[in-house]
Amino acid sequence: MSKPLISVRGLTKVFGDFTAVDGIDFDVAKGESFGLLGPNGAGKSTTMRILAATSTRTSGTVEILDKDPEKFGPLVRAHLGIVPQEDNLDGELTVTENLYIYGRYFGLSKKFIKAKIEELLEFAQLEEKRDVKVQALSGGMKRRLTIARGLVSEPDILLLDEPTTGLDPQARHILWDRLFRLKEQGVTLVLTTHFMDEAEQLCDRLVVMDKGAIMAEGSPQGLIKEYSSKEVLEVRFGSDRNKEVAPQLAQMCERMETLPDRLLMYTEDGEKLLEQIAAAKMHPTTSLVRRSSLEDVFLRLTGRTLIE
Amino acid sequence: MSAAVDIAEKNKSSAMYAGRPQVLLERGWLAFRSSNWVPVITGFVEPVLFLLAFGYGMGTLVGDVTTGSTTIDYTLFIAPGLLANSAMNGAIYDSTWNVFWKLNESKLYKTMLSTPLGPLDIALGEITWALIRGLVYSLGFLTVVTALGLTPSFWAILAIPAASLVAFGFASFGMAITSFFKTYQQMGFINIVLLPMTLFSGSLYPISVYPDWLEKVIMALPLWHAIEMVRAFWFGNLTSGVLVHIGYFLVMIALGLYVTSRRLRALFLR
Amino acid sequence: MNTGIDVVQIQRFGALYIAAARLRSMAKWKSIIAAVDIGNPLFYLIAVGVGIGVLVEKGSGTSGTSGIKYIAFIAPALLANSAIAAVMDETVFPTIEGFKWRKLFFAQNATPITGRQIALGVYLSALCRALFSVSIYYVLLLAFNVVDFGPSVLLIVVAVLGGAAFGAIILFAAAIIENHDQFFNILGRLVIMPMFLFSGTFFPLSSMPIYLQPIGWVSPLWHATELGREAAFDYGVSTLMVSVHIIFLSVLVVIGLLLSMRQFERRLAK
Ligand SMILES: Nc1ncnc2c1ncn2[C@@H]1O[C@H](COP(=O)(O)OP(=O)(O)OP(=O)(O)O)[C@@H](O)[C@H]1O
Ligand SMILES: [Mg+2]
Repeated sequence: MSKPLISVRGLTKVFGDFTAVDGIDFDVAKGESFGLLGPNGAGKSTTMRILAATSTRTSGTVEILDKDPEKFGPLVRAHLGIVPQEDNLDGELTVTENLYIYGRYFGLSKKFIKAKIEELLEFAQLEEKRDVKVQALSGGMKRRLTIARGLVSEPDILLLDEPTTGLDPQARHILWDRLFRLKEQGVTLVLTTHFMDEAEQLCDRLVVMDKGAIMAEGSPQGLIKEYSSKEVLEVRFGSDRNKEVAPQLAQMCERMETLPDRLLMYTEDGEKLLEQIAAAKMHPTTSLVRRSSLEDVFLRLTGRTLIE
Repeated sequence: MSAAVDIAEKNKSSAMYAGRPQVLLERGWLAFRSSNWVPVITGFVEPVLFLLAFGYGMGTLVGDVTTGSTTIDYTLFIAPGLLANSAMNGAIYDSTWNVFWKLNESKLYKTMLSTPLGPLDIALGEITWALIRGLVYSLGFLTVVTALGLTPSFWAILAIPAASLVAFGFASFGMAITSFFKTYQQMGFINIVLLPMTLFSGSLYPISVYPDWLEKVIMALPLWHAIEMVRAFWFGNLTSGVLVHIGYFLVMIALGLYVTSRRLRALFLR
Repeated sequence: MNTGIDVVQIQRFGALYIAAARLRSMAKWKSIIAAVDIGNPLFYLIAVGVGIGVLVEKGSGTSGTSGIKYIAFIAPALLANSAIAAVMDETVFPTIEGFKWRKLFFAQNATPITGRQIALGVYLSALCRALFSVSIYYVLLLAFNVVDFGPSVLLIVVAVLGGAAFGAIILFAAAIIENHDQFFNILGRLVIMPMFLFSGTFFPLSSMPIYLQPIGWVSPLWHATELGREAAFDYGVSTLMVSVHIIFLSVLVVIGLLLSMRQFERRLAK
């Protein structure tokens, strides 16, 4: 295997006496699409900021294209397109001016940027808002502009921190489509997300983080295989009864998660399990059999649901 | 390989500097042209008002002023001092309140530092922008003063580069100080320092009227050096003392740049 | 349900509740307020006493100031100016904060307290702050031997009246503006500064060219200053003019306050 594009070893970040990132290791190969998953406060954004060379680490090593971003910040950042979790557009400027000046920060020529702007405005569906000050944009429009801005410099590595949060379904699909095409062109993607469908769609490989550490690593399918069963049976007995019946049900399946509103039963054959439950004279108010997803992996690893 | 990478490699960018401070000027201009001209107009009107008020009003009370061996009309005396003052105010306005905003509220510098720009690009760019503002104020003021017939000779034009140096010094120092402030209340301290400095530093009267010890204190303050330097060029009194004033400001500029870029790095590249 | 909320009580004293809340929040910055309120007068008194006062005495003596020592001549103006500055700080910032930055007024208005009471409360708390600043100033004037204890105590009343007049108008202005980008700049440089310079502060208004004198006529600072000079030193202001000054300032208070209260109510209802 060729040398990884991004290589992280023992990365640790301490704020005061709080350890936000606790000795993590991972590699990202060129052209790969790599995801960071984890509950709020897991340390995803902190890791992303360190990769982006906008935050220094406490210990460990980071190499991007064989360079330490801390020592070669400007040089490394010239390769990167960054979409931070929080939009940080230039409120005093208009939509086009934001794209323009951002390109200028990279030293790009006016001619290059001018052409690029037209393409990006179309991608971000902001043609009608081109001369509007960004303060006057809606939340989703700002997000789209922030993403477009990250593409101005035609980066070879894109760092996207929760890119689709706040986007409507259409905008989300436009972005996915764009990311697929960028990947085809050999761009490396590193992204965080709270949407498991997005992670399954976009990531070749991902890590699940919790409390600053990596809990698991693999492809979406691999992780599902490793950490979950083939099928899941979701049953509801009403909030009060759920707890009552839980112990009895737990013996009928490989593993069970008790959520406030429902019980998740992990099994190879959901329908068969449901029949067993009926035979035991327990009658759930609702039931659903589905395939295991990344969400189940996530739940198993972090003990928390993602989408409440 | 993308264009951005080519550019970064050609420029031999270091961790602190990408060699591109001028893009901050470009950004300053974009933001400025769509905002409004009120600050420029007010910045220019202020010293003119001072000149009118003190020239007419105080002039009648004070009469002529003697500095060293020369005696001159009061209005003529205060004109160069006010020029230095307006250069300072213009520079301070941009390098303190504006910088405070971009540092703490809009987080603009943080965004810039997530591009290949380095802290020194930002410090240099912002300070130059403040310098240009200071320069514009002083040019406007000089025009009015000339129209009022208060310029002693054509060489008073040399006071403009002197005023630029003043603006540069205060801009750089002001930005360095601002980078330590976190709240609006702390920003209030800037006024607490500026007001007495403006009152005492001899723009409105020669500091020789002070008791000896006070005179010494004033002579340590930057505004006094600013006023004396501008006054020297204004009247064409170029003695070796001017070199001291110039040196004072060069040190101030260097110190300000150094502290600012270190602070930006410490604040945002954490 | 009886929650113990006495609506009648609130309707009667709501403004006082607001004022008390404002005073409590000022107390948080008491060290900065005290530093400014003591530091400012100190600097002015020293700068004038040892600086420009000396020049004036060397120049025209006391002939230009109706026989009054120069520092005593400007003292009533400085006092009124400090009242104006205090009222301005404590009306403009809270109002913009209340409507825009933190939207505190909207929260207060969601209780039985009305917009009118909020306006009045903010105004009253600002007057308290002015009284505080002016009293400190007055004590310093006594300490510097600028005025003698006696009828000059009236200076405090007059200064606060000047602050009240200006404050009522500026409260209205702050409640109107939606976009405050340049508000402080315009206020500071095109209102406060000219008012300070052209209200007969540093020299009699009559020594200005006639076309600049109207600035003084409409300025609360001039009216308060003239009243103060008369109260403290028998400056020679006619009884007629004394009543004109008092009426002018009182009218501003009433009109400004009525307009502000109406504007607060309207804006909160929007
Ligand atoms: N500048 C900072 N100072 C102190 N603590 C911080 C700082 N930045 C982040 N943290 C802490 O580090 C931890 C990880 O934060 P981080 O933003 O990386 O989480 P995240 O995984 O991105 O979460 P989210 O899903 O909510 O975005 C959190 O507990 C956070 O409070
Ligand atoms: Mg995050």
